[in-house]
Amino acid sequence: MTITTTGTIERPATDLGFLLHKHPDKAQRFSTSYGTAHVLYPEADAERCTAALLLEVDPVALVRRGRGKGRGGAPDSALAQYVNDRPYAASSLLAVALSTVFSSALRGHCKARPELPERPLPLRIEVPALPARGGTALVERLFAPLGWAVTAEPVPLDERFPQWGDSRYVRLVLEGELRLADALRHLYVLLPVLDDAKHYWVAPDEVDKLLRSGEGWLEHHPEQRLITNRYLARRWSLTRSALERLELARLAETDDAEVEEIDNAVEELTAEFAEQEEQAEQAEQAEQTELTERGEREEVEPEGESAPRPVPLAVRRREAILDALRAAGASRVLDLGCGQGQLLGELLKDARFTEIVGVDVSIRALNEAARRLRLDRMPERQEARLKLTQGSLAYTDSRLTGYDAAVLSEVIEHVDPPRLPALEYAVFGAARPTVVVVTTPNVEYNVRWESLPAGQVRHHDHRFEWTREEFRDWARGVAERHGYAVEFRPVGPEDPEVGPPTQLALFRQEAGETGETSTTTSTTTSTTPTTTPKEAVA
Amino acid sequence: MTDTSMTLDRRSLGVPDLSLVVLVGTTGSGKSTFARHHFLPTQIVSSDVCRGLVSDDENDQSATPDAFELLHYIAGKRLAAGRLTVVDATNVQPEARRSLIQLAREHDVLPVAIVLDVPEGECARRNGARPDRADMPSHVISRQRRELRRSLKSLEREGFRKVHILRGVEQVEGAEIAIERRYNDLRHLTGPFDIIGDIHGCRSELETLLGKLGYALRRDGQGRPVDAVHPEGRTAVFVGDLVDRGPDSPGVLRLVMGMVASGSALCVPGNHENKLARYLKGRKVKIAHGLAETVEQLDREHAADPEFADRAREFIESLVSHYVLDGGALVVCHAGLPEKYHGRTSGRVRSHALYGETTGETDEFGLPVRYPWAEDYRGRAAVVYGHTPTPRASWLNNTLCLDTGCVFGGRMTALRWPEREIVDVPAEQVWYEPVRPLGNEAPGGTDGRPLDLADVRGRRIVETRHMGRIAVKEENAAAALEVMSRFAVDPRLLAYLPPTMAPAATSAEEGYLEHPAEAFAAYRADGVRQVICEEKHMGSRAVALVCRDPEVAKEHFGAPDGVSGMVYTRTGRPFFDDPRLTESVLGGVRGGIEGAGLWQELETDWLLLDAELMPWSLKAAGLLRNQYAAVGAASGAVFPGVLSALEGAAARGVEVSALLDKQRGRAVDAAAFTEAYRRYCWPVDGLDGIRMAPFQILAAQGRSLAALPHDRQLALIDRMIEAEKPGADGGPLLAPTRRLIVDTEDDASVAEGVAWWRELTEAGGEGMVVKPLQGFVRKGDGRLVQPGVKCRGREYLRIVYGPEYTRPENLDQLRQRHLGHKRSLALREYALGLEALDRLADGEPLWRVHEAVFAVLALESEPVDPRL
Repeated sequence: MTITTTGTIERPATDLGFLLHKHPDKAQRFSTSYGTAHVLYPEADAERCTAALLLEVDPVALVRRGRGKGRGGAPDSALAQYVNDRPYAASSLLAVALSTVFSSALRGHCKARPELPERPLPLRIEVPALPARGGTALVERLFAPLGWAVTAEPVPLDERFPQWGDSRYVRLVLEGELRLADALRHLYVLLPVLDDAKHYWVAPDEVDKLLRSGEGWLEHHPEQRLITNRYLARRWSLTRSALERLELARLAETDDAEVEEIDNAVEELTAEFAEQEEQAEQAEQAEQTELTERGEREEVEPEGESAPRPVPLAVRRREAILDALRAAGASRVLDLGCGQGQLLGELLKDARFTEIVGVDVSIRALNEAARRLRLDRMPERQEARLKLTQGSLAYTDSRLTGYDAAVLSEVIEHVDPPRLPALEYAVFGAARPTVVVVTTPNVEYNVRWESLPAGQVRHHDHRFEWTREEFRDWARGVAERHGYAVEFRPVGPEDPEVGPPTQLALFRQEAGETGETSTTTSTTTSTTPTTTPKEAVA
Repeated sequence: MTDTSMTLDRRSLGVPDLSLVVLVGTTGSGKSTFARHHFLPTQIVSSDVCRGLVSDDENDQSATPDAFELLHYIAGKRLAAGRLTVVDATNVQPEARRSLIQLAREHDVLPVAIVLDVPEGECARRNGARPDRADMPSHVISRQRRELRRSLKSLEREGFRKVHILRGVEQVEGAEIAIERRYNDLRHLTGPFDIIGDIHGCRSELETLLGKLGYALRRDGQGRPVDAVHPEGRTAVFVGDLVDRGPDSPGVLRLVMGMVASGSALCVPGNHENKLARYLKGRKVKIAHGLAETVEQLDREHAADPEFADRAREFIESLVSHYVLDGGALVVCHAGLPEKYHGRTSGRVRSHALYGETTGETDEFGLPVRYPWAEDYRGRAAVVYGHTPTPRASWLNNTLCLDTGCVFGGRMTALRWPEREIVDVPAEQVWYEPVRPLGNEAPGGTDGRPLDLADVRGRRIVETRHMGRIAVKEENAAAALEVMSRFAVDPRLLAYLPPTMAPAATSAEEGYLEHPAEAFAAYRADGVRQVICEEKHMGSRAVALVCRDPEVAKEHFGAPDGVSGMVYTRTGRPFFDDPRLTESVLGGVRGGIEGAGLWQELETDWLLLDAELMPWSLKAAGLLRNQYAAVGAASGAVFPGVLSALEGAAARGVEVSALLDKQRGRAVDAAAFTEAYRRYCWPVDGLDGIRMAPFQILAAQGRSLAALPHDRQLALIDRMIEAEKPGADGGPLLAPTRRLIVDTEDDASVAEGVAWWRELTEAGGEGMVVKPLQGFVRKGDGRLVQPGVKCRGREYLRIVYGPEYTRPENLDQLRQRHLGHKRSLALREYALGLEALDRLADGEPLWRVHEAVFAVLALESEPVDPRL
């Protein structure tokens, strides 16, 4: 990163040296937590003076600060901690270095020439590799309101493979007449905001320091909310990272896959999400934001332009499920694929549900559900009604037999179609609850969401989305094969042309199929146990 | 089985080796002394001890309810584990005994009562001598004695199958315990056996089958077979249902009774024999399901041999409902038996053995619906049974139904044990019309029923042939469950997952972290002389299950329609999102296999291949772009500015020369990094651009090929590559694996190996893998040798250790790496992979194969330095 100013004989550009407390004729080095920072001046005369800050990141130091030690003292963490852009990019680490090396300048102090810091200077700041999530447009939106003329060019990912497109780096040039202290504080705050990296090496108290540096300009900034939200998300992420499932990270590495490809059962509440939320309504606390059962961003119904705030679809879905369960008189209920426990919370509120079991295959989801439901602080009687356990619908599970009802809310579309027969058997053949409620998106409705590109599924982990007919065909087949009757209900506003956004199937075990024996049915060919053509026990 | 005996004077008390022995006697009658004298301390559960455990006072009567709860719990655990258990409590009250009889029934063991009837005076004297019981009121003993006397007569009625009453001190002291083997325990008989399925009066087919099995028939004066002997001393075992429906039930009975009497056969009863015996005893039974035919045939027999029916009845009544044979490896009964009933003795066990378990429902033919117990079966003993006619005998979870409906015009089937070979003969005609058509499938066929979670969940130990017990930790199983459930292919198509591989020991060679010299030296030290160096392909690992056609895939692996195999990643995920692309790749490989004539040569309809699929960018695109290319882009953008700033300062006379040199070096390293990852990327369109390099044939039908030496493996694969016809999608798909064989004890050969590696890696290759040529090798001490170690190229390692890892100060630090855990992990995963292949080859149940595969995945989530 370089800072350049121009000057005259009366106001020499080399005053920059006083402001920065670094002599232009010396190359100086400073130790920071993450490596060595160098300050030197490629040019320094009255007309023009450039200070360069070069941070040599020590990758080993980064890893050492990482959590977790493997066996035999071997470092144990995601491979991304070893090979990453930190030694090259102007990341949050550069911001930390900035505050260490130019601390007086940042505060606007200059002992030798107290009047200097107050004076705006013609400044040109170059950052050659600025990681910028949000791209050049966001860079412009963040710096322009502060009085900078912004030039931001994207850096291509690899010129050998033009089809890969641009990288997340931007070559940034800022020009303007500002006080140096303000310029440094802008950088100090906005570099990490733009960086928004997955792995953080910045201590939590740095976040507070960053916020203090916003004094005087952040409160008037048009993107103030985005800036603060990204900070809050960061801070949240700092605590969250302690919960990272390294087991899953290792399995992703086994496949040369990114961790997110596998450890994605619970969506990170990213800054981006917070931004969206904030646009919709005040983004109070992250915990209160509306998520679907699997942490998907909730699609709010498009109609009702004058309505103050339409009821989110996830809420309607839970209401429809609870209605069905109450009407069926169910008291012992399985929530199969309970995710972060939104439905469990609703079930707990109604005392008629005496035994509630939340099952999910993701430990992370279960931990999150326990946290949201405040399981550790729940009164004993309430806690006794609820059980959370890891389970999988790809296997039969004797623990799941004998319940009144099972809910599979927004679950089947997360299963690869070839694995659906296994799920079908595990639920309808083996567990055999009296009532089963299944909800899934109605893909026909997707055209009503303007924000959803045509042909795209609502959530990246959806393995399929069905039309009403496809869902009904499947559900009727399941019912027939396993001795259930099935009816269908719309959830959300029913569009005359494309139907409701969510479709619900309510399965009820047919009379005579008491399910006492739990693994057999007698109505079908493919899954019926062989019948003995001999007499039964006398 | 009514072996109840009143022991008055005999000193020897018979006790079945698995039973619940209930001592009955007043306080002071000497029960504890008796128990200690005759049984192991661990076999005895004492109410006094339990009282002490819950209350610190063996005589605290207020602790009695808790103490008995504990006593029942301990006794229950022991009985569930199949261990003889002795209850040392007064048990003079019927309700106390009732709960123990109930406990014995719950665990299907025989309850045995031993009564110590000792005079009151003697009991009081003994109590008086014990300080802790000295102040016990005397009426306690009197009351207990009254209760005891009242009980004596009713013990048998209460349900005790043996009652031994010892009267007086003398008898108590003179008694001896005789442990008796259960009737069903024939573990000492090791066969070999020929187990024969349901016969139903088909005497002629039985004669043919016995002949085919090699038995010599012996006939009586009228030419009727009355015995059959195998010249090699084999033993026939009949699974019952000898009679009813067919043309000659008496003839079958005569032959089987003769064989059992002469010792050349064993027989368990079927439900039809049981009903026949009740009929012959004069009980009222419904003459249906083919009994009418038998009755008629017996009536005819009566004229010639009036006593035949009585002999048949006695024979049937003497039969034991199931047998445990061959050291416990084989269980034979008529209708199948869950593991918890093996070797047990109760009415419930007998009923299950004869009739199987029904759900209480009936099907559309009015017949009872059978509970599919075999699907739940997880026992190590093979269960061979009959009862349910199926078109074909096929193994399911280590169980086999031999009833192939001979009387309905099907076949009569036998199993040779331990050969596990099926021998059958066709029915001569349809002797009896079935009420319901024969089922199409044995239970759990191709209908997609999933495996059970209990087979993989939580902390587990997997027994392996090559490395003993391998533990899977709970958190690793949890991670594997998530990936297996959410991403992996159907477990039936996932018979194997490849193990991780350790790198060669860290090299001290200047500028290198890994170097083949270390690999050669390590193998030499392990006594491995010949190793093969195989080029490490620059792609992603892929396992390919290739079947001849979709029908084969369906038959052997339960694949859905139109699917002829699978290509999956190291975590069991489908390699390609598009199933059509998978089929194209399989088609290419199949072309090679066919062209090379390997189906015939390896006598198989499918092959399991370990391979590398290229380019790396195909599967790792996200990682390449977001991690590796990003580093390249950032470094490419930053260095020009850094260098010009430093050069500017240097031109002004500022002392930055050392820093400048260093940054120039870093810029060169970063450029080298970019070059390194670029080699693994090229564009792909459909099948065009995809290359697959198979390097091992893991398994074929009925056998694991993991121990086939690598040079022979690669020779087979070379022929596949040569035979591959370029398909419609372009091609060729298959790529060869370059290799070199090195003699680790020959310096020249080792030098040649090093030079080969240098050449390979300096030309941009990823590196090589060094493996023992023989494939599967053990050290002198019997431990497994690493199946391979990798020697990665100097440039490739930049992707792993960072662009600047070759700088001397970084290398020094990186050399401190710890390989122990990685090596151990590689061996454990290797042993589990071999185990999965062996289990597949042996035709073991799917859950057994899946258990080992699942464990490999779980182990992959263990903490280990990811750079190794």
